Amino acid sequence: MPTPQFFDAALTESLALFFLALGDDELLLGHRDSEWCGHAPILEEDIAFANLALDEIGHATYWYELYAGLVNENPEQIADHLVFERPWKAWRNIQIVELPRGDWAFSVLRQYLFDSAEVIRLEALARSSYVPLAGVAGKIRKEELYHLRHSRAWIQRLGLGTQESQSRLQNALQSLWPYTNQMWQSVPGEDRLMEAGLLPGSQALQTIWLEQTSAFLRECALTIPSTPPLILNRTQHTTHLKTLIAEMHSVFKLDPQAQW
Amino acid sequence: MAMIPGRLTQDEVWEVLGQIQDPEIPVISLVEMGIIRQVDLDGEHATITIAPTFSGCPALQVIQQDIREILQRAGFNSVVVRLSYSPAWTTEWITEEGREKLKAFGIAPPVHHSGLIDLALVLPAICPYCGSTNTIVKNEFGATQCRSISFCNQCQQPFEQFKPI
Repeated sequence: MPTPQFFDAALTESLALFFLALGDDELLLGHRDSEWCGHAPILEEDIAFANLALDEIGHATYWYELYAGLVNENPEQIADHLVFERPWKAWRNIQIVELPRGDWAFSVLRQYLFDSAEVIRLEALARSSYVPLAGVAGKIRKEELYHLRHSRAWIQRLGLGTQESQSRLQNALQSLWPYTNQMWQSVPGEDRLMEAGLLPGSQALQTIWLEQTSAFLRECALTIPSTPPLILNRTQHTTHLKTLIAEMHSVFKLDPQAQW
Repeated sequence: MAMIPGRLTQDEVWEVLGQIQDPEIPVISLVEMGIIRQVDLDGEHATITIAPTFSGCPALQVIQQDIREILQRAGFNSVVVRLSYSPAWTTEWITEEGREKLKAFGIAPPVHHSGLIDLALVLPAICPYCGSTNTIVKNEFGATQCRSISFCNQCQQPFEQFKPI
């Protein structure tokens, strides 16, 4: 995938960072989802979360391949390199995906908040003037619609379920809500990418998301927290990420040259 | 099947590729699945363009390997399998024969949606046993990424549906 002629170095760098950021988000959410494998409250959800994990990790590889195309790396090796050989401080994910899986309410709510944002973003990205990006976004969106339908159903079930399910979900919302602002934080240079028609504006998308999500959560008997949003950039991480990466790397590091 | 390199025509290569079954649903071929998009031949070199189905599907590596092996056995010295994401693979590319084979295997073929995926999500699966549309989704996710689990209210049978995408 050659770098388009009209990209200058700064534009290419910004777009590459954008792809890396989206890939890191998906990979880590996929990893957290996979932690429910064998532990979900019912068998169907065990299967569902294993499938979600596989999808998200699959989406991460697409973003990493787009990244590889812009930084002249081998797209076939880039995912292994980025995931298994990169120190935790070099990850560019948002914090919401690195938080431990919490209880069931916490995990399905995180999934819903992320899925609902992703579907809105992907619809806009599918109209990007950068053709490889538009193609990948269109492909991922089809699968994300299934994710969103699934996570929405769980929010309704828990929010409108018993007193305990509602209060656990409300607690999860209390913890997660401040982190959602970071889902819409621009990457450096995003203004220019927007002007070039490569990316949609994050702020306009955030407004749509906020409106849709708040309305839905209220319908599900939840109160939108009034806590202020966290202002974070993608170089800031919690120590949860350090633990996660250490675990994820542990098998790989036993024998980095292993063939299987 | 030892053949002399460079002698196979486009049609013959398609026929050879038609022998490869989907690794996860071994009653339907990769050609019937609509996964194989393009065949380019140049002497002893073959380039096969495929459209991956569901993201992260572990069958993808097996599919690539199967294509390389069968064409090498058919006499091609170099076989490149190229992935194409755009236009994205859609269940609308599964052939009629393929759909019949899925049904005979007990998997409801994906409902037709002409590219309107949002519509496909609200259409009920058609029961592969009795043909009823009086069905409900029991679980969006099944044994593989491409399948969901439904129940037929008419004949009281649970069944799998190939998810429309």
